[in-house]
Amino acid sequence: MKALFANRMHVSFVVLGSLLILFIAVPLLRTVTASNPAVLWQTLLDEEVRGSMGLTFYASLVATGLAFVCGVPLAYLLARADFPGKQLVEGIIDVPIVVPHSAAGIALLMVFGKRTPLGQAFSLFGLKFVSATPGIVIAMLFVSLSFLVNAAREGFEAVDPRLERVARTLGASPWRAFWRVSFPLAWRSILSGMILMWARGLSEFGAVVILAYHPMVAPILIYERFESFGLRYARPVATLMILTCLLTFVALRLIARRKGKGA
Amino acid sequence: MKGYGSVQVCDLWVDLEEFHLRQVNLDVAAGEYFVVLGPTGAGKTVLLEAIAGLHQPRQGRILIDGEDVTNVPPERRGVGFVYQDYMLFPHLSVAENISFGLKLRGLGRGIIEERVTAISQLLSIDHLLHRRPGTLSGGEQQRVALARALVVEPRLLLLDEPLSALDPGMREGLQRELARVHRELDTTTVHVTHDFEEAVALGDRIAVVNEGRVVQVGSPEEIFRKPDSEFVARFVGVRNIFRGEVRSGEDGYKVLPLNGVEVAVVTGLTGRVHASIRPEDIVISREPLQSSARNSFRGRIVDIADRGSVVYVTVRVPSAPQGKPPDFISMITRRSLEEMELKEGLEVYIAFKASAVHAF
Repeated sequence: MKALFANRMHVSFVVLGSLLILFIAVPLLRTVTASNPAVLWQTLLDEEVRGSMGLTFYASLVATGLAFVCGVPLAYLLARADFPGKQLVEGIIDVPIVVPHSAAGIALLMVFGKRTPLGQAFSLFGLKFVSATPGIVIAMLFVSLSFLVNAAREGFEAVDPRLERVARTLGASPWRAFWRVSFPLAWRSILSGMILMWARGLSEFGAVVILAYHPMVAPILIYERFESFGLRYARPVATLMILTCLLTFVALRLIARRKGKGA
Repeated sequence: MKGYGSVQVCDLWVDLEEFHLRQVNLDVAAGEYFVVLGPTGAGKTVLLEAIAGLHQPRQGRILIDGEDVTNVPPERRGVGFVYQDYMLFPHLSVAENISFGLKLRGLGRGIIEERVTAISQLLSIDHLLHRRPGTLSGGEQQRVALARALVVEPRLLLLDEPLSALDPGMREGLQRELARVHRELDTTTVHVTHDFEEAVALGDRIAVVNEGRVVQVGSPEEIFRKPDSEFVARFVGVRNIFRGEVRSGEDGYKVLPLNGVEVAVVTGLTGRVHASIRPEDIVISREPLQSSARNSFRGRIVDIADRGSVVYVTVRVPSAPQGKPPDFISMITRRSLEEMELKEGLEVYIAFKASAVHAF
């Protein structure tokens, strides 16, 4: 390990970098410490708050699950195969990161809205997206799937294709070589991509608000309380959300790291 | 454990990024140890991977035991593959690596354990079974890779530069191990290398490849005595290579008799070995030499090959009447040749240190 204050350049970099860290940490800390524990507890007992937080975690989990099922195979192809238009596909995967999320919501509404062919087709199966949980799920999916696909692709790229070839000569079909060699070796990256995607989905506001203001996910609830009742009422919900997200995120990171070390 | 499989490669063309195989024909007999020798980038790995079924050829056929396997996927070809850098599964223990292929075959636990134990004893890695590949030395990893390939009793063992990543000491050990394992199991082996000594030490026959083509096939002796192209001659180089049976001598030296000419060597090996002496290590003179070199012989110049600034002088040393007298090739500068006025038929003295003889 290199010393942090090795020379003057390091010292000035430390000062500059610290500004950013403080910029993140201070507002979060301020929010968390400003709330009186009794008020927090009361907020936690609020049926609406708990329902909304549960919905947020659940919808983001479903989105992550969907992205896992389709995104891991896609990531594998991007890591292993060469095909015309590959750069285009990679570009498309990154698009959700760059478009404004409210615009993404509008775009989804154009395809999954009530009067669109796709929207009507899904409604035959009792699935509606506008002002419904599936709408929240696809909004979260759209804006966060890049994280999972990119992380998984990097994970697969780090697996030497010759490991799969050895597995093949030892009697493994392509499927088995994938499940027994490539997937377990890329799992750590996939898992960290899933955590990132899930966390990104939790915090989504812009795309979700267009498709489904109700049922209310936590970010929208915070916004609504702020708009209708003011800062004092929005803050405890914000605090709860920050704390829960931080705790889950840290816990998942720790689990992922331990698993990575064990492998 | 017996694996007999002949291999025929017929008119094989493969295109793979910058590597190309062009009209490759090979015929490897069952039980043979066949070495494919060539410089880096000659397409040796692609050839092995094509035999394993990992690349689809553009044209040509591959037969194993007479069965056309050109369109058979790798998992049904019955080949074992060992890469230069081991390619052990890092997420599995040594035992799990070795049993990987057996588990895929759905064998029972007892049988798997039995066969893993047998093969790891054969390769002296039975004390490593619970370790992770990352904690092993290069030599140990390569033994594990070899065990993993052999435990499924392949018809054919494919070795891609299996010794190149190892440091010299390890390399010699594992090279002998490969020879021993081949003697015991008789598995047909195709071994790819760029190292000529490795090829000579292990190969029953050698195929020299260059730029995706097979340029010469023959016994090691044929390849270095009668290179049939400029490329082979250059690639193999001018060498003194001998075969003989090492026995212990005096003063800590060992003796390698070459048709009655006894050469002192320094080596840990015993029994039948190959020995090479670099031409630049053999000193030539017209008078008997007074030096510390253990090996000093009188002979007659039978050939002088001019290579520009250097000259290769072949000296035949008289030996016991029944044997073929050994030829020693010495490299000297053109200037020394002129100063000593060396000519064919002239009697000269040659000398080299016992440590200049490399036994392998």
